[in-house]
Amino acid sequence: MLEYPEWLRIPLAEWVDAVMDWILANLGGVFDWIGDVGLQVLLAVEHALLFVPWFVLVIAVGALAWRLIGKWTFGLGMAVMLLLVGVFGYWVEAMTTLSVVIVSVAIAVGIGIPAGILMAWSNPVKRVLTPILDAMQTMPSFVYLIPALMLFGLGRVPATFATLIYAIPPVIRLTDVGIREVPGDTIEAAKAFGANRWNLLFDVQLPLARPSIMVGINQTTMMALAMVVIGSMIGNRGLGMEVLLAINRVQIGKGFEAGLAIVFLAIVIDRITNAFAKGRPAKVTDAGEKTTLKG
Amino acid sequence: MSRETEAGEDRLESDIATADARASGGDVAVQVEGLWKIFGRNADRVFNSDLRQLSKTELQAKTGNIVALRDVSFEVKSGELFVLMGLSGSGKSTLIRTLIRLIEPTAGTVRIDGADVLSMPPRDLLEFRRHSISMVFQNYGLLPHHTVLQNAAYGLKLRGDDKDSREERARATLETVGLSGWEEYSPAALSGGMQQRVGLARALATDPDILLMDEPFSGLDPLIRRQLQDEFIDLQDQIGKTIVFVTHDLHEALKLGDRIAIMRDGEIVQVAEPEEILSNPHDDYVRAFTQDAPVARVYSASTVMEDPDVLLYRWQGPRAAHTELARAKHDWAFMVDKKHRYLGICTHDLVDGLIEKKVKSIDENDLDRPEPVSPDVLIEDLFGLVSAESYPLPVTDDQGRLLGVIRPRAVLEALHTPEEEGSDA
Repeated sequence: MLEYPEWLRIPLAEWVDAVMDWILANLGGVFDWIGDVGLQVLLAVEHALLFVPWFVLVIAVGALAWRLIGKWTFGLGMAVMLLLVGVFGYWVEAMTTLSVVIVSVAIAVGIGIPAGILMAWSNPVKRVLTPILDAMQTMPSFVYLIPALMLFGLGRVPATFATLIYAIPPVIRLTDVGIREVPGDTIEAAKAFGANRWNLLFDVQLPLARPSIMVGINQTTMMALAMVVIGSMIGNRGLGMEVLLAINRVQIGKGFEAGLAIVFLAIVIDRITNAFAKGRPAKVTDAGEKTTLKG
Repeated sequence: MSRETEAGEDRLESDIATADARASGGDVAVQVEGLWKIFGRNADRVFNSDLRQLSKTELQAKTGNIVALRDVSFEVKSGELFVLMGLSGSGKSTLIRTLIRLIEPTAGTVRIDGADVLSMPPRDLLEFRRHSISMVFQNYGLLPHHTVLQNAAYGLKLRGDDKDSREERARATLETVGLSGWEEYSPAALSGGMQQRVGLARALATDPDILLMDEPFSGLDPLIRRQLQDEFIDLQDQIGKTIVFVTHDLHEALKLGDRIAIMRDGEIVQVAEPEEILSNPHDDYVRAFTQDAPVARVYSASTVMEDPDVLLYRWQGPRAAHTELARAKHDWAFMVDKKHRYLGICTHDLVDGLIEKKVKSIDENDLDRPEPVSPDVLIEDLFGLVSAESYPLPVTDDQGRLLGVIRPRAVLEALHTPEEEGSDA
């Protein structure tokens, strides 16, 4: 009597299954095509990363970090970390992982920024998207693997799809926040001079929201990297696969090495995207100094 | 802008003269009739019912709607500087925004140069904002990621001028507001007063028929504010734009306005020339405003400033200084350098001491140096300073040049004869 009654249940699981069956039966061809194109893109990016000699990439990352932060020690640190990934023997795996991260982040940004703009422009859109984004972020990441697996089979394409779903919320949210936080008087002034919706977007809202959007891209990238490791469970090669194999074979040392390689890759990616997010504050300071000289 | 330092009274007179000339022959540039703005839900329904007859507080208590503008009508003549003045919440900022529909009014008509602004379709409204009218904001509203030049050119960019011509025009406008050489700086590197010059340059660059200014100088500190007001008066003498100017500062309204509209609770209480407002306030509300403006609050240091009796120059030696002081029978005198910059006060004792020690020149660090004041400081603020000083107050301009001195006696006289000053005006 006190047990939960059978009649007060809804068979959501069956419905979801039914929807997935329907999609597979009717749209299977579309997903096959998307899968093929996706695979070509992923392979092309991986080949490009592997085509570049390892030392060129190490030096390039070091130089980029140096330029962005302005301290050569920082650049050297980044180069050494990337080098260590190779020292552990995971260069190729790291590039595979990186290719999935790059492609999924590129798609996430391509979809996420416009979605964030729509969300900032329209309160109804925000009301609809907010709970969806909440769900996407609280859902255990493994759950995304199942539909990805069904739609695209095994391999790096479903891993990229799952990564995309998992990693896209921050860039959407922070684009929305960034645009909504643009000061009202700046918007008003631009309007007073005859700015239309697109002038406002490109001249005022996006430039002023840029720091926030860049933080969103940074977070999306980090989440993508975390998910790529989980994606190894559906056959995504790369660093995650090495960790997974090490766990299965109880090779603690090997797992530690692969794990460290992931950490180093994460730190390099985080610091560099973070430096992009902060931008170069030098310009204002320079002008400020000149001002005191002149005035 | 020139840096004239003529006395405030002269300026006031010449202003009124030009204002009269303009007001007599001018066409109507801005015509507002029966303008209403009700904020809140169902504003139209409130407007179309008897509810609109309720007072502001009654309506707010009853429906939550706020009447920001209530049946406002006025005309601004071409070339006139029309001031909207009131306390915060009186509706003046709402009113100026409805003129270009940054806020959509609930009812009424706005005609600018004959065009019915409120019935313009969106495309026409954009063109109207791009070509016919400009606005200057209290918080500047500059684009922080653009340079000063790009900011000044922004209105021109929006209306589609090509890069070369808009930059050329923006450069010229920046020059008229005194910002040559700052084109490539970020606005963040500029002081508030300079940022507002950029805002003004941006507004003038499109060569609009009408300029809207929403408390443009209110955010600035008093000295900068008065300097910009003075320069703005000179500029307006040259360009003669039609200007709607919002302020909460009576002093500013009296100084700049050809005519002043005083607003309260969304209504215009009185529209009149400055003299008329002061001498013939329409009701107690206006009177309360004007009583707030005794001579000491309206007139500045420059009106009581006098020339110094003796002036010593830095390059004169101690002996020459001694002779000068002895001739004028003074114990001390102000000293300036070659550029007439104020250095300090040179006393007889100091000069005698130097002559005794056979020193050939006067070191400016040995001088007493009472803090100088700006010519724009209000007389009321001088009161504490002059009574505390044993010497008269030196008055300097922003370059540090000595313009004159203020003797305690002059300040006291100004404070004690408000009635006579009032009837004079």
